[in-house]
Amino acid sequence: MNPIIFAVIAVAVIGLICSVVLAIASKVMAVPVNETEQKVRECLPGANCGACGYAGCDGYAAALASGEETKTNKCIPGSDGVAKLVAGVLGVEAEDVIEQVALVHCLGTCDVTKDKMNYQGIESCKAAKLFYGGRGSCTYGCLGIGDCMNVCPQNAIYMDKGIAHVDNELCIGCGLCAKTCPNGIITLVPDVIRTMVTCNNHDKGAVTRKVCSHGCIGCMKCVKNCPAEAISVVSNLAVIDYTKCQNCGKCAEVCVTGCIMEADFKGIWNTNDPDVEKPEWGEEKAED
Amino acid sequence: MSFKALVVIVMAGILVNNYTLRQFLGICPFLGVSKELKNATGMSIAVIFVMLLATAVTWPIQMFLLVPNNLGYLQTVVFILVIAALVQLVEIALKKFMPPLYNALGVFLPLITTNCAVLAVTIANIDSGYTFVESLFNALGSGLGFFLAMVLFSGVRGHIEASDPPESFKGLPITLVAAAILSLSFFGFNGVVENLFA
Repeated sequence: MNPIIFAVIAVAVIGLICSVVLAIASKVMAVPVNETEQKVRECLPGANCGACGYAGCDGYAAALASGEETKTNKCIPGSDGVAKLVAGVLGVEAEDVIEQVALVHCLGTCDVTKDKMNYQGIESCKAAKLFYGGRGSCTYGCLGIGDCMNVCPQNAIYMDKGIAHVDNELCIGCGLCAKTCPNGIITLVPDVIRTMVTCNNHDKGAVTRKVCSHGCIGCMKCVKNCPAEAISVVSNLAVIDYTKCQNCGKCAEVCVTGCIMEADFKGIWNTNDPDVEKPEWGEEKAED
Repeated sequence: MSFKALVVIVMAGILVNNYTLRQFLGICPFLGVSKELKNATGMSIAVIFVMLLATAVTWPIQMFLLVPNNLGYLQTVVFILVIAALVQLVEIALKKFMPPLYNALGVFLPLITTNCAVLAVTIANIDSGYTFVESLFNALGSGLGFFLAMVLFSGVRGHIEASDPPESFKGLPITLVAAAILSLSFFGFNGVVENLFA
C-alpha cells in the first residue's frame, strides 16, 4: 500500500477511535445541568463580589438551586429587585433584602491627629502598615492612602483630610473595602442603623487621647446611658451591638470625644424617601 | 534499570532539565497562573497528572503502533490528537465520578490539553530511548519540576506585587525579568545530577 495513504488512514482511524470514545463518554457520563441553577444565575448581577458568602454568583446560584441555601435575599448589591426575580424562579416568597453599607470606623482627620513620620514608601496601605504601623501616630486608624478607594467597584470611597469616607448613596455593600483595609476599620452594617463608633483604637484612654482628640477613650459613659444595654466597652473601645440598638442616639449625646456619631446611613435604594437627610461627613463634630 | 537510575531521571527532570526554567516550555501557564500560590499548586498538580497519563498512553502508541509501521514521523500529530482526547475524557470522567477532584483540577485541565510541556515530555521520553517505567519516572520528575517552578515563582510574584517598579516595568515586563533571573539560577544545577551517585 502507498505509505502516504496508509499514514492518512492510520491517523484517521486513531482520530475516529478518540472521537467515538469521547462521544460515548459524554453521553454515558453526562452530568445533568440544573436548569433552575442556570435561570437563577441569569437573575443575579454577575459581579462575583462574594457579598452573599459564596465564591461568586455561580456558587450562590448552585446553592439556591440545590436547596442548600433557602434565603433569596443574600445578594446585597442586587437588592430587592434581584431577590424578587430569584424568588420568582424558585417559586418562593421574596424576602426583603437588608441593604448594607460600609462604615469607616475612624474620624482621625489631619486636624485631630498627627503624623509621626513623613511616609514616602509604596503608595499602598498594606505596605505602609508594615512600616511601623503607618504614618499616623494612631496605628489603629485609617492609613489614608486609599487601598479601599482603589478596590471599590462603585467609586463610592473618597479620601478627605487624610481618611477614607464612604458615599452612602453609591455604596452597594459588597464589602470589598472591608476585606482590603489592613487595619480592619471598615465594617458592613445594615443601613437601618443610626449610630456608629468612629474609632478603632484599642489603647488605654490616656494613650488614645495623646494621639487623637477624636478617639474612644473607653470612659463607659455611653454604656451607662444606653437604655437598651447595646453598648459594651471591649478592650478600651466602645462597641455597639446593632441587634439591640434602638437608634435613640443617647450615646452620641453623652460621648466626651464625639467619637460616637449619629447619622443616617441609608444607601442608594432608599434615597427617594424625602424625610431622609444625608449625613454631612466633612463637618461631623470636628470641633471636638 | 536500577533504583539509582530512576532517581537520577527524576532529579534531572526537576532540576537540570526543568521544563519551564531550563527549556522554556509551558511558559503560558507559568506566567498566567502563577499569581497565587493556590492556583499555582492546582495547576501544577493537574500538569503532573496529565504528564503521567499522557506518557502512559503515548509510549505504547509509539512503540507498538508507529515504529512497527514506519510511521515515526507522525509522532507529533498523533501525540497531540491522543493527548487532547485523553484530557477531555479524563475531564468528563472526573466530573462524573470525582466532583471534588474536578472542582480542584477542572478549570486547569482544558488549559493543558495542548500544552507544549506535556507534549515535550512524551516526545523526550521516546528520543531519550527510555523504557516504559523510565518514561513514567521522567514524566513524574518533569511534572515535579514544573510544580517547583510554579511554587517558587508564585512566591516571587507575591513580592513583586508589593514592590513599586518604575512605570515602564509595571506588570508583565518586571514579571519577565524576575522569570529570567529565576531561570538563570537554575543553570547552576548543570552537572549536579549526573554526579549524584559518583
